[in-house]
Amino acid sequence: MAATSLICRECSSTYPLEAQFVCSRCFGPLEVAYAEHDASDVDSIRRRIQAGPRSIWRYADFLPLGAGSPTGSGEFATEAGLPAGGTPLVRADRLAERLGLREVWVKNDAANPTHSFKDRVVAVAAARAKELGFTTLACASTGNLAGAVAAAGAALGMPTYVFIPADLEEQKILSTGVYGANIVTVRGNYDDVNRLCTEIAGEREDWAFVNVNMRPYYAEGSKTLAYEIAEQLGWTVPDRIVAPIASGSLFTKIGKGFKEWIDLGLLEAAGTPSGLPAMSGAQAAGCNPVAAAFEAGQDVCRPVKPDTIAKSLAIGNPADGPYAIELARTTDGTISQVSDDEIREGIRLLAETTGIFTETAGGVTTATLKQLAEAGAIDPDERVVIVITGEGLKTLDVVRGTFECHEIDPRFEQFERVEGRTEVTV
Amino acid sequence: MATVKVKIPTQLRDATGGEGTLEIEGDTVGSTLEALFVAHPELRSRLADDDGNLRRFVNVYLDGEDIRFGDGVGTPVADRQELQILPAVAGGR
Repeated sequence: MAATSLICRECSSTYPLEAQFVCSRCFGPLEVAYAEHDASDVDSIRRRIQAGPRSIWRYADFLPLGAGSPTGSGEFATEAGLPAGGTPLVRADRLAERLGLREVWVKNDAANPTHSFKDRVVAVAAARAKELGFTTLACASTGNLAGAVAAAGAALGMPTYVFIPADLEEQKILSTGVYGANIVTVRGNYDDVNRLCTEIAGEREDWAFVNVNMRPYYAEGSKTLAYEIAEQLGWTVPDRIVAPIASGSLFTKIGKGFKEWIDLGLLEAAGTPSGLPAMSGAQAAGCNPVAAAFEAGQDVCRPVKPDTIAKSLAIGNPADGPYAIELARTTDGTISQVSDDEIREGIRLLAETTGIFTETAGGVTTATLKQLAEAGAIDPDERVVIVITGEGLKTLDVVRGTFECHEIDPRFEQFERVEGRTEVTV
Repeated sequence: MATVKVKIPTQLRDATGGEGTLEIEGDTVGSTLEALFVAHPELRSRLADDDGNLRRFVNVYLDGEDIRFGDGVGTPVADRQELQILPAVAGGR
């Protein structure tokens, strides 16, 4: 499915496949348009996917590279970029049981090279940036993207500039700087960083800002989460997806991924009116512009000033918010919000029932699953997939103080006293 | 009337003869934008819909603060304030 043009989501004006993200006629966002696949070709497409590498490039037919896939001299050559994707989908029966649900799966995207789903989007944006002749990669980031861009630049031999809010978690700054990135910490929140980067991207036309001027390509990388989930579920569609919403791009692109494959006939539609999984979005109460608009029945998000421990989701002015709301509505889904305490509990719930330690964004997602289950919003017979987008080691501070240690002298009697006071919950 | 510095994004500079910064008079964000549209008529159709409202992917900042945190286009402006127009960076569907 070769990419043919960029097309405006609002007014359908088309543009060549270059580094452009906004329609010069109406200021609407641009996305990649593709030539339609031949539906009679479905079997060969499926075989091509199954014979492909264990990374997002097995879905090259659905990604916007001129060359198809950058893995010329091998999947694990640095010139191919980082091998993003191919992350585990884990059936989480103990989590399901705890919540009174039948079937819950965890898509663990912390298993990516830099431990977040951002490796998927950066892989596509960086490969396309190389094709277009850019030599410098840049991004505005709440942390995970910074690490993904810095590492991709290191692999590809491209210098990187990352712009982050100055108050970001130290683990995210350390795990970015190690790759040799130029780190610019901006005094302000992510929305301030984003505004600055939108301005810089206009003034530095030789820079590929992965999530500004390369955004149409970048966003396509998130579709691979849907493809992988479907393939890992034996080429079927789950009944519900629970995924976090920051800008709303990941959430909407997961929907797009399922829709493309259903339309093509690679997947059978879900038994819902839309044919798609019910799409349940998750936000933190301290940064809830999309959830608030959804709950109020509005189409447009009113921006907020973020105040939450879920810093990777702290986008107060989410550009894809209107599309996320539209997707949740048309799939009979939900968009809800959880408190910081619920986020901490969510992190512990996932860790204790699956062995997967997620960062705050995954706490938001798990807490949202719990909230929906307790409210009876999920049919107990549904097959639910929650999308865990990042690694707990990057936001260690939030679990500090949520459990206790028992310090003793190295003497058996002291150990016995501790043993009598502790109980391992199962 | 205040004189406001209006920053034009690169995507719109073909409608301002290449100018990236303009001095425009107004007393609110709305009247400043109106004066901008009168001076550069092509900007009107690109930034506003048929009802005259700003399109939903247009962000406007007064001294770095999104005008939706103030009174929207009714937000008053003062001399030497900076009014910045930028596209929202969305990724499509």
